[in-house]
Amino acid sequence: MLKLTNVSKRFGGLSVLQDVSFEVPTGKVFGLIGPNGAGKTTVFNLITGLLAPSGGTITLQGESLLGHAPHQITRQGIARTFQNIRIFKDMTLLDNVVVGMHSHLNYGVPGWLFSLPGFRAQEQRAREKARELLGWVGLSAKAGDTADNLSYGDQRKLELARALATEPKLLLLDEPVAGMNTGEKVELMGEITNIAKRGYTIFMIEHDMRFVMGLCERIAVLNFGRIIAEGSPDEIKNNPDVIEAYLGREDDAEVSS
Amino acid sequence: MMEWFENFWQVYNNLVLTIGVNALLALSIWLTLSCGLLAMANAAFMGIGAYTASILTMNYGAPFPVALAGGIAAPALVALLIGGPTLRLSGVYLAMATLGFGEVVRVLILNAESLTGGALGLNGIPQATQWWHVLLALIVVLLILWRLRRSRIGRAFEAINEDAVAASLMGIAVNAHKMLAFALGAAIAGLAGALNAHLTFFIGPSEFGFDRGVDILTMAILGGTGGLTGPVLGALIVTLLPELLRSFRDFRTMMNGAILVIIVLFLPKGLWDPKRIRQWFGRKAA
Repeated sequence: MLKLTNVSKRFGGLSVLQDVSFEVPTGKVFGLIGPNGAGKTTVFNLITGLLAPSGGTITLQGESLLGHAPHQITRQGIARTFQNIRIFKDMTLLDNVVVGMHSHLNYGVPGWLFSLPGFRAQEQRAREKARELLGWVGLSAKAGDTADNLSYGDQRKLELARALATEPKLLLLDEPVAGMNTGEKVELMGEITNIAKRGYTIFMIEHDMRFVMGLCERIAVLNFGRIIAEGSPDEIKNNPDVIEAYLGREDDAEVSS
Repeated sequence: MMEWFENFWQVYNNLVLTIGVNALLALSIWLTLSCGLLAMANAAFMGIGAYTASILTMNYGAPFPVALAGGIAAPALVALLIGGPTLRLSGVYLAMATLGFGEVVRVLILNAESLTGGALGLNGIPQATQWWHVLLALIVVLLILWRLRRSRIGRAFEAINEDAVAASLMGIAVNAHKMLAFALGAAIAGLAGALNAHLTFFIGPSEFGFDRGVDILTMAILGGTGGLTGPVLGALIVTLLPELLRSFRDFRTMMNGAILVIIVLFLPKGLWDPKRIRQWFGRKAA
């Protein structure tokens, strides 16, 4: 579905990503893990068009994403959530999700100006769809509340529903369980599994190993801007390079002990 | 009763119509504010509208509706031209760039003497604006903005105001929407300027400078930018306050300033803040 080939990113003299290549398979849950500062969020920012890569190509179903503005990339079928939640706090939950449907509402100026039947029907459908999506993440009871009043975990779920409202083929989740307690994590894991079952391709960045190993069918590991391993969860768990990146080398351990 | 009204109208019709014009101006800046843009060019757009319309009626004998259309279209076109480079900026930087643009407009008007009369301004503009023109313009603008707010475009403005990056990732073309808000705001300010010019007989370049820009912003902020009621209420108060404070004579402007400061201090979201009003009444009921 999504393919990165030799993608690199430099900020001035600082090389953040070097020759990053991997492919997110259609219909699967794919994970990108790596220590803090490895460049994981930069990968998402490159894919969604918030940053332009210094080199390499990014394609979605064979179509290049390079040079496209973020809103165009969203319309091509990629949606994302953010590590530091970015919901629209002063809007209701329902409005948050309806905003996600922006590019799927196509009534003209006379439509909204005179509240023509076509306009009303589309707005009505959008609200119904938004209620349904809020139901998927278990927030339908709070649809009319202001988003600001939600708990942290619920805000993440709202972001998920809002991302789904753009009708993506590929859903990018940036540390979906960061800052959540165990109960919330398990709950969210169930919801992501459900979403994956509905046929969405999911690509997530995550720190929480149990969460990643439990959800992802394929995992890539990023360390200091390079992909050091890719494979099934079991392969990753037993890969010596990965263990070294996360836990340090054995002789390091001896020195410190 | 009728007699009283006629007397009142004779004395105050200018004031009442000024409230209407100011309400249009406050709504014009509200539109850009609602899209997260602190654009301070509305006084200049008002000036462009006023001069375009006046020149059309005075030099070309254009009928009033044509002059109004010109007064709406000219600032909107200028907004589209300068929007490209300036709307990349945000926050204070946008305010500075648009203020700079306002100065450029003022100086241009000042120096294009053959067309604009320079510092002397334009005299003897036919008084074509009737009271109902102003009322109709205000109602039409309010209706359009009210409908706009309830459409995908209004929601996009709100989303951009809250978080432009998140909005762009919802598939919203952020720059195009900012441009729309900017040009539409310019058109409304131009309409206000054109109506006002045909009301006051005279316009000069100093009317459309920095002071006017601050006045317009004050009306919107004071009234509250959460909805359409705020700017209209703000325009009403900012226009009426100096009149009501007439008895203070020399201290008038001081009192005027003090009242504005007090309102902003205690009602940071403006006078029209439904949430706070509900809170107050909720507390009383409890």
